[in-house]
Amino acid sequence: MAVRLVSGMPPAGVGAAAAVPMAPLARRRVRLAWVLLLPMLAVLAAVAGWPLGRTLWLSLTDATLSDLSSRRFVGLENYIGPDGVLFDPEWWNAVGNTWIFAILSVSIETMLGLGVALLLNHSSRWRTLLRASMLIPWAIPTVVSARMWSWMLHDQFGVVNHWLAGLGITSVPLAFTADPDLALWTVVLVDVWKTTPFMALLILAALQLVPSDCYEAAQVDGVPAWRVFRYITLPLILPAVAVAMMFRLLDALRVFDLIYVMTSNSRSSKSMSMYVREQLVDFQQVGYGSAAATLLFLVIALATIAYAALSRSGRKGEAS
Amino acid sequence: MKAHLLSRGMHAWLSLLFIAVSWFPLVYAISTSFKQGSALFEPSLWPGSATLENYRALFHEQPFAHNLLNSFLVAAATVLLSLGLSLLAAWSLGRIAFRGRGLLLGTILAASMFPQVAILSGMYELVRFLGLYDHVGALCISHLVITLPFTVWVLVTFMRQLPKELEEAAWMDGLGVLTVIFRIFLPLLWPALVATGLLAFIASWNEFLFALTFTLSPDQRTVPVAIALISGASSFELPWGALMAASVIVTVPLIVLVVIFQRRIVSGLMAGAVKG
Repeated sequence: MAVRLVSGMPPAGVGAAAAVPMAPLARRRVRLAWVLLLPMLAVLAAVAGWPLGRTLWLSLTDATLSDLSSRRFVGLENYIGPDGVLFDPEWWNAVGNTWIFAILSVSIETMLGLGVALLLNHSSRWRTLLRASMLIPWAIPTVVSARMWSWMLHDQFGVVNHWLAGLGITSVPLAFTADPDLALWTVVLVDVWKTTPFMALLILAALQLVPSDCYEAAQVDGVPAWRVFRYITLPLILPAVAVAMMFRLLDALRVFDLIYVMTSNSRSSKSMSMYVREQLVDFQQVGYGSAAATLLFLVIALATIAYAALSRSGRKGEAS
Repeated sequence: MKAHLLSRGMHAWLSLLFIAVSWFPLVYAISTSFKQGSALFEPSLWPGSATLENYRALFHEQPFAHNLLNSFLVAAATVLLSLGLSLLAAWSLGRIAFRGRGLLLGTILAASMFPQVAILSGMYELVRFLGLYDHVGALCISHLVITLPFTVWVLVTFMRQLPKELEEAAWMDGLGVLTVIFRIFLPLLWPALVATGLLAFIASWNEFLFALTFTLSPDQRTVPVAIALISGASSFELPWGALMAASVIVTVPLIVLVVIFQRRIVSGLMAGAVKG
């Protein structure tokens, strides 16, 4: 619900309407509202709710892809059985990779995004060009940016290795996508390139809400620019930055396309989503794969709930 | 006047750097897409002997035109369905106060956050049941999971910004709710619909996981899948020229849209702030 902070839209009071007894006209409108909501809710239930429920159910069976119908109920076997997901070192490897990827890329993106947002918050003749440039990495399909970067980072013919050698930084070309020590970093690099603009956009939205009289007062008092930033700008935009980071974190935890295309055969960068799809499709283990999918869902749900609880207690702390 | 953190010169340099980094991969891809043979392996930006051979190969040796059409049809159908459904829903969620509205909005937001891979097996079963496996129709259905929560959310935000008096007058005149939505709100919501529709279009056009899993035959694939699955004789011999040509073809329409509609897109993204 914290999106409101970003969009700056307080919700109209729902509680107030419920407290006052409703006029017949209002009641009729509420009924109408439900009727108009119904198609959307039905579609959402059919394409999201139902498949999610089925995934949960399938995770308790030994279904396989070749024959989904002949399955046996096996309880929690897929989770905690001797061959369950929770005892598979590959799963924990994927969990570790995904968290490292998510935390690294989100923190780098936040810092760079803040920089870019400050750059754009300046009125200058660059502004239109900057804004258009910002949308370029965002609009390019992930698969395409993965391919473009794979080409630029190619170990033999890539332009990046060419530059690094030209500048005398490396003597041997780096195998960015094949080297297990580099694969995860490479994926982080491309993700940062692709998503920093989005981060910058959200932070820019927050920056533009900072009232300009704050700056004017500071200027009159002759406060140096970096102190203005540290003590006025930063505290004011922090809530919105936290929200943006949370969205990016949830997004990064389900990373799939980038890793699938760039480093699909590398164990050192396999993500949770990759692991799930591998079990489901490549190994045809629908029951087992669904269990892994459910665990991934739980990880993300817990992260969301933890965040919601934290931000609520934070807001209460501010109020008192 | 805003406080200046950076000197004017620094600002210009950083701006240039940012612009260069943002555009370079695309520019380099365009350059590569015109190269052939040994020219491919020279990292010069300007192709010595430019050729359209890579583009020709793409359309003659692969069903790439078909893939483009698939991507377009799926994205267009997904956008129309999502906008239609969410326009009605947005009126209810944005203009009417009723019990459970906050919960509903929360659920819709949650639906846009959960990992797509978590519904993969359930969705596979649904697609199979509908007889849509290995058919682009499967993608229209699965892409709704991604676009619908987003379009609802953004349209609700825009719907709330419209003044209340607008509707009151219409109710006084005894107009029906559909008339109010389509004759009064729709004309005012055009800019929002364009922005939301564009964002949904891009999301569907770029979607990969469902498209990869629910289609098998080359002529049912969408472009991202086709590009991800282009391969050479071995992993060391990828046809980079053709790959970059394909990348350029998919990206250029998006870039044109983005440059034309940048203001709208930015306002839509800020209103939604849900997904990139």
